Amino acid sequence: MRHLHIALWGVLPYLVLVLFLAGSAWRYQYDRFGITTRSSQLHESRLLRVASPMFHIGLLLVIGGHVIGLIVPESLTEALRVPESAYRANALLVGGLAGTAAVAGLSVLIWRRLSTRAVRESSTRSDRALYPVLVTVLVAGLVATLAGSASGDYDYRLGVSIWFRSLFELDPNVDAMRDAPLVFQVHTLTGMALFALWPFSRLVHAFAAPVGYLVRPYVVYRSRRPAPARALDGRPDRA
Amino acid sequence: MARPSLRKKGGAANGRGKAAPRRVMAQVAMVMNLDKCIGCHTCSVTCKQTWTNRPGTEYVWFNNVETRPGQGYPRGYEDQDRWNGGWTLNRRGRLVPRAGGRFRRLSGIFANPDLPELNDYYEPWTYDYATLTDAPLGDDVPTAAPRSLIDGRPTSVEWGPNWDDDLGGGPAHVANDPMLRKIGDGIKLEYEQSFMFYLPRICEHCLNPSCVAACPSGALYKRIEDGIVLVDQDRCRGWRMCVSGCPYKKIYFNHRTGKAEKCTLCYPRIEAGEPTVCSETCVGRLRYLGVILYDPDRVGEAASVEDDRDLYEAQLGCFLDPDDPQVAAAAEASGVPHDWVTAARRSPVHALINKYRVALPLHPEYRTMPMVWYIPPLSPIVDALAETGNDGEDAGNLFGAIESLRIPVSYLAELFTAGDEEPVRASLRKLAAMRAHMRRVNLGEPEDPSIAGSVGMDTDQMRAMYRLLALAKYDERYVIPTAYSGGSFTGHADHGCSLEGPGGPGMMDGDAAGEAFHAPPLVPAPSSAAGEGDGDGPRRVNLLNWNGHGRPAGLFPPRAAGEES
Repeated sequence: MRHLHIALWGVLPYLVLVLFLAGSAWRYQYDRFGITTRSSQLHESRLLRVASPMFHIGLLLVIGGHVIGLIVPESLTEALRVPESAYRANALLVGGLAGTAAVAGLSVLIWRRLSTRAVRESSTRSDRALYPVLVTVLVAGLVATLAGSASGDYDYRLGVSIWFRSLFELDPNVDAMRDAPLVFQVHTLTGMALFALWPFSRLVHAFAAPVGYLVRPYVVYRSRRPAPARALDGRPDRA
Repeated sequence: MARPSLRKKGGAANGRGKAAPRRVMAQVAMVMNLDKCIGCHTCSVTCKQTWTNRPGTEYVWFNNVETRPGQGYPRGYEDQDRWNGGWTLNRRGRLVPRAGGRFRRLSGIFANPDLPELNDYYEPWTYDYATLTDAPLGDDVPTAAPRSLIDGRPTSVEWGPNWDDDLGGGPAHVANDPMLRKIGDGIKLEYEQSFMFYLPRICEHCLNPSCVAACPSGALYKRIEDGIVLVDQDRCRGWRMCVSGCPYKKIYFNHRTGKAEKCTLCYPRIEAGEPTVCSETCVGRLRYLGVILYDPDRVGEAASVEDDRDLYEAQLGCFLDPDDPQVAAAAEASGVPHDWVTAARRSPVHALINKYRVALPLHPEYRTMPMVWYIPPLSPIVDALAETGNDGEDAGNLFGAIESLRIPVSYLAELFTAGDEEPVRASLRKLAAMRAHMRRVNLGEPEDPSIAGSVGMDTDQMRAMYRLLALAKYDERYVIPTAYSGGSFTGHADHGCSLEGPGGPGMMDGDAAGEAFHAPPLVPAPSSAAGEGDGDGPRRVNLLNWNGHGRPAGLFPPRAAGEES
């Protein structure tokens, strides 16, 4: 078992990280045409309009929660005199709500994908691999949040978070992860599977988040000559 | 020519018509003469076979022909209260996309609230042709049942891209025409009193494109050289904002690749100086292609005029007269090639829009400054006259009918001038005058200059317009300069053909130039003609002739003296 834990929590994360980075670079270099949301809204819009924002916004909050929970050490919140009970209540309330929204949204989206024939037809092999993993990650995470916070007998900030930060010190704290409850281990493991699938599935569209749109002029001009792409100074629109 | 000033608060636009433009841009634009469209759909079919005969684009028609009145394709696309396409003025009078600014768009990025569904276009289908030959022998004649091209299941065909063609379906469908609903008040749609005409539509390649403004990825762009609006397929991420942002619904979502696609104005053909496929194959010869010069600095102001009905005049105010030497000089200073300026002078589009003023924009009220314009059809009025037993080609009768017939003029005005009937009447009067004038000529009667004079033209202009509209010769309909010299030429060698260096293939010694222009070089060039353009300019090195040994001549700058290796 010792070797298995070392393999899972000491070696695998680095393999996944390399796959994630190299795969993303490969995808960007060789399949820029394939990077898209692969939206199926054209086929079905009624369910999507409710479920998709629910899933995505829930997921963004969940990611934010992970950043806080994993990266901010307990010593910092203690120094800022955030009471442990308030921190836990917040994690339970916001995390629980966001997680529930994401799971509910994803369930509707998957049901829609299976029941609407046109949407099912447009699903790819990578979708069929991705969705089970995504469901497992989300459900395990939600159970860990609700059950863990409710019972209060495991503080992930003293276990999983320490392991996570130790990864970046290139000195993985395998013991911290070995002592974690099973549901946390499942969540972490399937989470790594998600990152491994990321570059090779539709998840890549998250990298295309169009934040540049907020600062760009409305109308884009480009020259027929491929290089150098030179924009006009001043534009017909006055945006 | 004097342009009516834009009626804008403060009169900021007044008196700018004469000033020399700071910058000039060129646009390849189209005009369609609706009087000549017989609704044969040849343009649609040839376009589809060229561009959208692929999986994922089964339902896509870059070019479609609608019967008006009718709902169009996709159904009711003109109802911007529903689709929120195009631009609008916000409370402060600033031009903003109708669906909201940048933050509102991004907040709705997970599900576009304004996106048409496939059923708003139609569910594409094919037929089980194989059963016609494979069916076992029996008493029944085998049939080819329809099958959906989306999910492969048997389907019942309930709508198509031109379902209400020729007013098919009658009042039940026609009454849903958004423009007809605007005119409202008790228009009778009974067949015997109805009128119709055909409206072929492609992408408008707008001067102020709202699809480009809506694209979060910046994948959509307007080409500087010719104004064609294109989608960069490698940068499109499938956010679908352009589909709903375009008020003409001329951007389509390829459901197989997950990318936006649109009419390209057949840019590979335009670049080679050839007309688009829809123009080339138009049996009615009703399409005109040519260059229009415009002042990009006026576009924003023109698109922001307060009253929708001023937008037509405002857009005319953006266009420049290529015969004006100041404009020509500014154009060449802005990098418009000389042959584009001369093409703009011969441009049939410039003539129909600016000189004769018979062409009108489609839905200027969307504020996108569309660049595919239409000559309104006179035929419904002529037909209405003929049905009442009058001479439908007599100038007096026609002028009277244009004034008195509420339909179709008010309907045409909803399409072309945001409801302002005067420009439509003026255009129709010119067409009527041309008919009356040319009938006298053809019947050998003496010309009556008063007919031309009554619409502000002279008999020479009448004949010229007749030649352009009625005879419509190929090389007068399509005046398209090639793009080989497109862009700003500085005369540097780095823009030229890589084979054109002295000593390169196809070139010859200076002595032989007069004798054999295309002769191969008399003496095989030992190496490339590298290092042309001494001094500061960029150098060009032809590695094709390099034998792989040593240092290619000219690849590196000449060594300084005393630096020999």
